[in-house]
Amino acid sequence: MKNLIKSLKIHFSKENILNKTQSPMHTLLRKEISEQIRSWRFVILLTLIVLTFIASMYSSLSNIKSAFISSENNNESFFYLKLLTLTDDSIPPFHIFLSFLAPILGISLGFDAINSENNNGSLIRLMAQPLYRDNIIVAKFLAPLLIVAILFLSLTFLIIGYAMYISGIPIEWQEIIRILSFNLMTVLYVGFWLSIAILLSIRFKQPATSALTAIGIWLFFTIFFQVVVNIAIKAFIPNPNYLSSDKIAYYNELILNILRISPNQLYVDASTTLLMPTVRSLGPVSMEQMIGALPSTISVRNSLMLVWPQLSGLVAFTLLMFAISYYLFMRQEIRS
Amino acid sequence: MNNPIIKLRGLSKHYKNKIAVDNLSLEINKGEVFGLLGPNGAGKTTTILMLLGLSEPTSGQALVCGHDSTRNSIGIKKKVGYLPDNLGFYGNMTAVENLSFVGRLNGFSEKEAQEKALDLLEKVGLKNNAHQKVTTFSRGMKQRLGLADVLIKDPEVIILDEPTLGIDPSGVKDFLALIKKLNKQQNLTVLLSSHHLQHVQQICDRVGIFVGGKLLAQGDIPSLSKQLFNKNGFVTLLRVQDNEEDTTKLKYDIKSLLGLQEVIMKGNEIEVISTHEQTVELVRHLVGRGYGLIGVEQKTYGLDEIYLEYFKYEKNQDVSNEKSNKVSKNSFFKRKYT
Repeated sequence: MKNLIKSLKIHFSKENILNKTQSPMHTLLRKEISEQIRSWRFVILLTLIVLTFIASMYSSLSNIKSAFISSENNNESFFYLKLLTLTDDSIPPFHIFLSFLAPILGISLGFDAINSENNNGSLIRLMAQPLYRDNIIVAKFLAPLLIVAILFLSLTFLIIGYAMYISGIPIEWQEIIRILSFNLMTVLYVGFWLSIAILLSIRFKQPATSALTAIGIWLFFTIFFQVVVNIAIKAFIPNPNYLSSDKIAYYNELILNILRISPNQLYVDASTTLLMPTVRSLGPVSMEQMIGALPSTISVRNSLMLVWPQLSGLVAFTLLMFAISYYLFMRQEIRS
Repeated sequence: MNNPIIKLRGLSKHYKNKIAVDNLSLEINKGEVFGLLGPNGAGKTTTILMLLGLSEPTSGQALVCGHDSTRNSIGIKKKVGYLPDNLGFYGNMTAVENLSFVGRLNGFSEKEAQEKALDLLEKVGLKNNAHQKVTTFSRGMKQRLGLADVLIKDPEVIILDEPTLGIDPSGVKDFLALIKKLNKQQNLTVLLSSHHLQHVQQICDRVGIFVGGKLLAQGDIPSLSKQLFNKNGFVTLLRVQDNEEDTTKLKYDIKSLLGLQEVIMKGNEIEVISTHEQTVELVRHLVGRGYGLIGVEQKTYGLDEIYLEYFKYEKNQDVSNEKSNKVSKNSFFKRKYT
């Protein structure tokens, strides 16, 4: 054991790190992360996220006592999950906030990834170094994701630690898994917008154009998409008064599925299910299905099964966007 | 001496509607300073990008340090330093940080990279600005930092694309001297592209004239000028005292010497073109007739003249190209509508 500690100490000593050669990927990631963190943009985003977090935590902390006492099931109270989702309706809970903020985070960390470097001439300098071209774009994608992952993990763990300190209620394994998967989901969601932003930054020469386009896409999905879907559906659907309940359920399902094209909806679905164990279905539930069901919570496994389509949808979107940007970037001719 | 480190064979690059580089073959020896000269848009940068494997040639092959540029561009990039014409650094990093970042990318450890960076900054004369952010640097300082950046990987070849662009004259002089020194000391091969003739003339062993994607001529500057202008004969510039009344007589007198082709008079300056070298005879001839000569100069050709001569050629070609394009367009339309 002593030897192990000793060898670890040598391995991580400053001298050794300074003398070791790093892979190009490592060097690039390090540079990307340090550049992002030192930028004003990141400071502003960080402030925005932290302020939102504090506001929603404040509202939930001030209501949690009554909610906790009034909960019927003392066996599974899910104090920490409530902490993250409870609200007094004055402001939305944190995960709903995030469905708006995460795209901004992703877009602003990625909208000038390639084009600003191309414009100021440092990209060609980078390309003249002995490294593979895909290292550059992978680093551009991974660095912001790492930052975002660390940011959300530290935020949630900080508030859990604080709540544990003031309340003394032990956290359950189920809660830890749920909160971790919620964080994973959030990082993935940011990753989706990041990959769109990077794609646009490769496609457009001007950072302003790519930023505006990305914001346009974001606005479309958060605001206009629902409106457009509702209008379009109204034109198609027959008068509900003449429909059987089966048909109504069918149409409801259809609308919901169309809405799920929007990544926004996928994220809200998934995070709600993960953070609220009482949610047992994301679609309409008929009376027959409800009969005999106990008003209880569902297990983590079931919640994860429930959001699995959403999760894989988001992963697929993200990978698709990243694959397109990867292809474009590898094919692009870079010249100053 | 005949040990080519850069070998281009039939290199071509076609864009959708333009031929940027057309069947270029070129060899550059180790330890040589080669100047690639041409007007803007001649395909110099495209050639350089193909050398580095940053752009794929449509056909042909480029061998640099024994590596094929399309197959093993990483091998080339390890040995070749490239200074682009519009180079950019990460503005909010210091000069040392910028350099050591590139050093680390080239496989040095952090410590080595740091030491090398400081060493090189001293070499290019930026020691006092080492820990300053690059945004505060002037264009000339950035260019010198760029040179350090190119040298940090211990290259065998350095490629400089328009290195003197936008630096003040004294800066240019220092910069070129620095390049020459490095070439001598470390036996570096230097490939320099420019449209600035004087600068190239100062340091290049050989030049290649590159117009419209084609290498029109290559060789050292004296032999190039011989190739070009000998057909025009030797030119002597004479300056005489002001005596305008006698000009016609003067012209007549000069012409009386045998073997002269043409005499051009501009005020008191006379340009005499002859088939062979006869400056001495000319002076003797004129002095013998009592003319007051103030100056005699044998005209030698610099790159300026060489360049202009080729440029003229290119312009003529452009016109003929356009014509042929028009013809083909017409026939195309005709085919379409008939």
